[in-house]
Amino acid sequence: MNERTGGRAGGRPRGAGSAADGAVVAGAGGDAVSGRVGARRVLAYGPHALLVEVDDADGAAALASWLRAQGPPAEDVVPAAATVLVDGLADAAAHAAVRDAVARWHPRAGVTDGPLVVLEVDYDGEDLADVAALWGCSVQEAVARHTALELTAAFCGFAPGFSYLVGLPAALAVPRLATPRTRVPAGSVALADRWCGVYPTASPGGWRLIGRTDAVLWDPDRLDPGPALLAPGTRVRFVAR
Amino acid sequence: MRVTGAVTAPAAGGPAGHVEVLDPGPLTLVQDRGRPGHAHLGVPRAGALDPAAAALAGRLVGNGPDDAVLEVLLGGLVLRWGPVGAWVAVTGAPVTVWVDGRASSTGRAEWVPAGATLRLGPPPVGLRSWVAVAGGIAVDPVLGSRSRDTLAGVGPAPLAPGDVLPLGPRQAPPAPVVVPPGPAYDGALGVSAGPRADWLGRAGWERLLATPWRVGGGSDRVGLRLEGEPLARAREGELASEGVVLGAVQLPPDGRPVVFLADHPTTGGYPVVAVVVAEHVARCAQLRPGDPVRLVAR
Repeated sequence: MNERTGGRAGGRPRGAGSAADGAVVAGAGGDAVSGRVGARRVLAYGPHALLVEVDDADGAAALASWLRAQGPPAEDVVPAAATVLVDGLADAAAHAAVRDAVARWHPRAGVTDGPLVVLEVDYDGEDLADVAALWGCSVQEAVARHTALELTAAFCGFAPGFSYLVGLPAALAVPRLATPRTRVPAGSVALADRWCGVYPTASPGGWRLIGRTDAVLWDPDRLDPGPALLAPGTRVRFVAR
Repeated sequence: MRVTGAVTAPAAGGPAGHVEVLDPGPLTLVQDRGRPGHAHLGVPRAGALDPAAAALAGRLVGNGPDDAVLEVLLGGLVLRWGPVGAWVAVTGAPVTVWVDGRASSTGRAEWVPAGATLRLGPPPVGLRSWVAVAGGIAVDPVLGSRSRDTLAGVGPAPLAPGDVLPLGPRQAPPAPVVVPPGPAYDGALGVSAGPRADWLGRAGWERLLATPWRVGGGSDRVGLRLEGEPLARAREGELASEGVVLGAVQLPPDGRPVVFLADHPTTGGYPVVAVVVAEHVARCAQLRPGDPVRLVAR
């Protein structure tokens, strides 16, 4: 059994000793009780949030997009690598509405193509030669492989407008740097594991740099397409210049 | 405590003024109710660390719930009023409030005449105070909020000497407000189990609750770092990044929990083993390095 419980059920304080070890506890109130909804595991996350587990980042992006379209009674819907956080649920009715919506969702439902953004890249990153070596090919071939991909922005994190892009084949996964750089310039196009990302602002970073773009990834005053150029669901292609 | 002010209050709808920053003290930030709704873009919520205290300051001067205030760390703020006087109220850590040479206290509205100087003394206890000026601090909002987010740098920069802060138009004269005495803080933060409580196991959960924690020196608006005997994880492995809520208690590999506050990152890869109840998250705003903390199951 995978059900867990946390927080208060039915409005009464509950000793949390049993909550931490995976014990099954039936909750009458249902406002903060974890359990399976359909095939998804829904975890209680304090009194105002739920965490829905899905298979992968694609599933998280799709569920988050679908939940948003349902107009959930929530402040934030946050996809990540294999979960969707639904935060800002005011009461038990809001929790129930989100659980109902999750139960109605199927991974293949409502998957629509997001807008396509094409980024022009100077492939002169400091780690490009290392990446080519890890891929067992020439630098020229590495650029060709990267520009052949169509990636999808799965979720944002780390910094405003920093999108985790999925779609890199497993064979092209690369390890993070053993020692992160203290400063990575804005616009750097980088790889880590099976993720690709573009640094919206200068920051520390441990991903491998393959190039850079002049595109403005983050602009809080931008109305179209919004502050984040690569918001979750956006499709991304890279072209060499 | 019953607060009466406004005996000589000017009518609402008077001209908007400004204040000049002579000294921001150790750190003064503009804050309001924050910018929820942007977490999926990687933007923290921000907002006053103690929303109720900030809102009370606003109510004392007749402001609305969305008007911005100043969040002052350890007092020291000095402001000079422009050509228009305005009411001011300070809540939170109990600083002495000086209007020119006259001392007053927190929790009440004070009239600051044109050209006068407001100064906050150092708090004998606690850390942060909230300063509301009638009309609100009317700097330009970013993504719908005037809050400064210290993690990602969104919103108005920390106050610096020479800054001129515009004030919004007065909405209403100060009204008497009954200020309920806050409960005496006994060092306890109520927690419920987090989504990854299984990373602690039953024994680890009991130790989380039994350990006498102390506030670590690296604590800030991002998180309250707890120091004490490190907790061991009940399982190995890595957790993929997932969304994080206000009050989440994250367990990094070093075994010392971090309570996420208003400027927390929107996603994190360490297991969240507990969640501090919302009304107790605000208490963290006043905890100093070295202060004792107990986590109590709710």
